[in-house]
Amino acid sequence: MIMHPGVLALFTGSLLTSAMILYAGWYGVRILRNWDLSSGSELQLALEKRTYLISTLLTYALGFELISLFLFVFTADRLHLLFSGAMCAAGTLNANGFGYPLLILKLVNFLLAGIWLIVNHADNQGYDYPLIRFKYLLLVPLVPWSLLEFSYLFAYFSGLHADVITSCCGSLFSLERPGIAGDLASLPVEPMRLAFFGTLAATLVSGLYSWRSGKGCYPFAVLSLATLLVSLASLVSFICLYIYQLPSHHCPFCILQGEYHYLGYPIYATLLGGALAGMGTGFLHPWRRRGSLSRAIPRLQRRLAATSVLLFAVFLAIASYQMIFSPFRLGR
Amino acid sequence: MNRSLQRHLNILDFALSSLWRRKGKNLALLAVYTLIIFIIASIVFFTQALKREADLVLQDAPDLVVQRMVAGRHDPIPVSYGTGIAAIRGVSEVTPRFWGYYYDPVTGANFTLVASDDQELKPEAISIGSGVARTSRISIGDFLPLKDIKGSPVLFSVQKIFPSSSELVAADLIQLRQEDFQRLFDFPAGRATDLAVSAGNPAELETIAAKIVHDFPDTRPILKSEMIRTYDSVFDWRSGMVLVVLAVAVLSFIIFAWDKATGLSAEEKKEIGILKSIGWETTDVLLLKSWEGIVISLSAFLFGVSLGYLHVFFFSASLFEHALKGWSVLYPEFKLTPVIDPYLICLLFLLSVGPYVAATVVPSWLAATVDPDAAMRS
Amino acid sequence: MIEVIEVSKSFNVGKVNQFDAVSRVSCRIAPGELTILKGPSGSGKTTLMTLIGCMARPSSGRIVLSGIGAGSLFGQQPDAEIEITSLPERFLTGIRRSAFGFIFQQFNLVRGISVLENVMLPAYPTGVNHKVLRERALTLLETFNIARHASSQVGLLSGGEMQRVAIARALINDPSVIIADEPTAHLDSRLSREFMALIEGFKSAGKTVLIASHDPIVFDSPLADQVIEMRDGALIDGSRP
Ligand SMILES: Nc1ncnc2c1ncn2[C@@H]1O[C@H](COP(=O)(O)OP(=O)(O)OP(=O)(O)O)[C@@H](O)[C@H]1O
Ligand SMILES: [Mg+2]
Repeated sequence: MIMHPGVLALFTGSLLTSAMILYAGWYGVRILRNWDLSSGSELQLALEKRTYLISTLLTYALGFELISLFLFVFTADRLHLLFSGAMCAAGTLNANGFGYPLLILKLVNFLLAGIWLIVNHADNQGYDYPLIRFKYLLLVPLVPWSLLEFSYLFAYFSGLHADVITSCCGSLFSLERPGIAGDLASLPVEPMRLAFFGTLAATLVSGLYSWRSGKGCYPFAVLSLATLLVSLASLVSFICLYIYQLPSHHCPFCILQGEYHYLGYPIYATLLGGALAGMGTGFLHPWRRRGSLSRAIPRLQRRLAATSVLLFAVFLAIASYQMIFSPFRLGR
Repeated sequence: MNRSLQRHLNILDFALSSLWRRKGKNLALLAVYTLIIFIIASIVFFTQALKREADLVLQDAPDLVVQRMVAGRHDPIPVSYGTGIAAIRGVSEVTPRFWGYYYDPVTGANFTLVASDDQELKPEAISIGSGVARTSRISIGDFLPLKDIKGSPVLFSVQKIFPSSSELVAADLIQLRQEDFQRLFDFPAGRATDLAVSAGNPAELETIAAKIVHDFPDTRPILKSEMIRTYDSVFDWRSGMVLVVLAVAVLSFIIFAWDKATGLSAEEKKEIGILKSIGWETTDVLLLKSWEGIVISLSAFLFGVSLGYLHVFFFSASLFEHALKGWSVLYPEFKLTPVIDPYLICLLFLLSVGPYVAATVVPSWLAATVDPDAAMRS
Repeated sequence: MIEVIEVSKSFNVGKVNQFDAVSRVSCRIAPGELTILKGPSGSGKTTLMTLIGCMARPSSGRIVLSGIGAGSLFGQQPDAEIEITSLPERFLTGIRRSAFGFIFQQFNLVRGISVLENVMLPAYPTGVNHKVLRERALTLLETFNIARHASSQVGLLSGGEMQRVAIARALINDPSVIIADEPTAHLDSRLSREFMALIEGFKSAGKTVLIASHDPIVFDSPLADQVIEMRDGALIDGSRP
């Protein structure tokens, strides 16, 4: 195990978060089993008090998930010196088989916690806890995922030994290498570019429609998720090339560095935020006619759709700006 | 103004006034918290600064050093190996190096002796680092006696003292001519301490190293990148160990904070009861409590980190340089170059504020969920 | 209009010390009227008032509020009928904040902060602008003749002054119902009569008032429109005038 302060911070944070989510999950199950709003019994009152604790815990967990997503990539970047052949975060993540899955787990947990908080927010607008069951059912998968994340974190860092020869990002994301990262990098640029602009355009149009009319939230949610995935792939496949102005540097992490004006932060923030808000509209959609929420949910959905459209638009603007004004041109 | 923003402002306002009303307790909490963050910040800043200094040292180091190993131990290497190595494709230059350590019983210090090919250095003259000058209390023109291998002292005149800007690097350094070095230690003729190899294309270094081991099986090539890596992991490991020890301190602080938060005084409990009875909701009280927590932990964080920064970069980490640096008694009065690293700040934030938040979430919730009707009967 | 239908409140249900503080109480409180709850100590007056005032939820029974201007919280007409029996705390608090003002026996002022801040406190979470709120609080303090104490600490006030601060605080959110629990317990008879004069003012301003008291100055007052008597958690028959 590498005793880097960053590793310790991630470890402590992940331990605390998992403990919080486990605790929340435990009471979530109790709420699912004993909830009876019509009763004024002491058990019911105690459970209602618990709901405050659970939403506070999840807010913190979401916050940590977000911070640690970036901290993790950054720590990996700091650690690359310890691995010969690793030139940035990409190489460190590749030092053993847990690195990339851990990153994906973090992403999933971030989205899950975010969606939970959106649903929770909607539920709090209703005077009869209309989404209570749905909300706590949604909490259940978060528990194993977060425990899994913690064990992956443990496995990843304890399996990390300095000197392991790893591939650097230059070769990891280069065209010849097999594996998912290489696959992403070797995706043909033209179809990829088409897919990128296509999904983004479709998402923006559908988002605008949902915003104006309050309808079409399912397609919008699906499109938001698709935009997230396609955009991540496109970042590796071709967008980063414009930012680095190098034909073979596909690494999606170096854009977080000062050399590239920390461009990665607005890129990932807008992309993740847009996807989360967009997916949130879909998760709220089945409940829009619930009596106590029939006003609150459509209003919330529109706000989310507007947020999502705005964030995606900013993301699109940043990406296009890079592609148009970069002196670099992709060879055909 | 936006209502929810105004709500935050109102509650923040009340949080500040509540904190101020219980100054005694809150200042004690702040002091302990600040102290812990100060120590953690000092350690993190200090090791990172040392790491940077070590990187500076290594920057001037040769890309590849070849040592000879005899029975698993480092042994002087025949200079003649140099010709064979120079013949390997890609090698641009091979330089034999002569260096070693000298223990000075008078001051109890270890000097690093290096043979220099500086033409201006006269026979029986030395250039010394400022640390050597300080501990031995000598200046230019004075003599420094060094015992040779038979125990008889040889007097060297000090010709030059290195400027102290590169203190940590050169503090314990003594440079002398190669003949003097060989005579002093009765160094076997035709041998060198090691060979420094440079390559035209640094990318070929690994291939060259492999070829050297193949051609001269009794040698061990060491790459600069390996050195950097080793230093890095040693520093990380050291600071990591200290941090783990500190975690115990943090833990006790958490218990302390927990205790403070749960052991709400009767007055505070009553106050929250009143707030709830007059129309504050659980969320509002939770918000109040988290504003209090944010104010406390942010100020402790700012104080602790700034104090740690001053301590390391302006007071040379005087509190624990002995503990962490410990490789020489020549404590140079070095000044580490002040650098603000956003990554470290972010990391310190997580390490210090995270546990506090986790420790106070349940107690604040407990406080916030008192029944509003409790205030009706007190 | 406040309608209480077969309401009970039990504590420690299922344990040996189970206790029914209020059992199957029904009553009706008309808008703009002064209702007095009387009864011996421990008869459940305070408990019943916490149920009506949305501070606690009944174990069974229903309480229906109408015409108190809280309907907008539920996306309905402000004066719509609302059943508060199984509302989440969040909503109960919302109703309580907008529709009820409380005056407590022990005044329940926060020590260590100024009179003015005490009066403003209930409105903080509503997100009213601080300046506006301050103006409103000062006006209320004027009305009750304690404006000159606005910046003093509550600990230094006399009993009568504290009560007037507490009343000003109860009015800060302009409630339509005022609930007072033993308001005259700590006052001498002159101050008690002054208090009843204030109550008269509330009545003429159209506010509904509910007072629990065993002080004859209160329950024998000609202002009372209705006197409800309780014993052992239940209403005594024929207590309605
Ligand atoms: N949280 C509680 N747990 C158990 N018993 C309670 C609780 N709250 C109140 N009680 C009991 O309920 C009964 C009614 O209390 P309540 O305060 O309503 O009486 P009251 O009529 O207001 O009396 P007083 O005139 O003395 O104020 C009392 O016997 C009290 O002990
Ligand atoms: Mg009472």
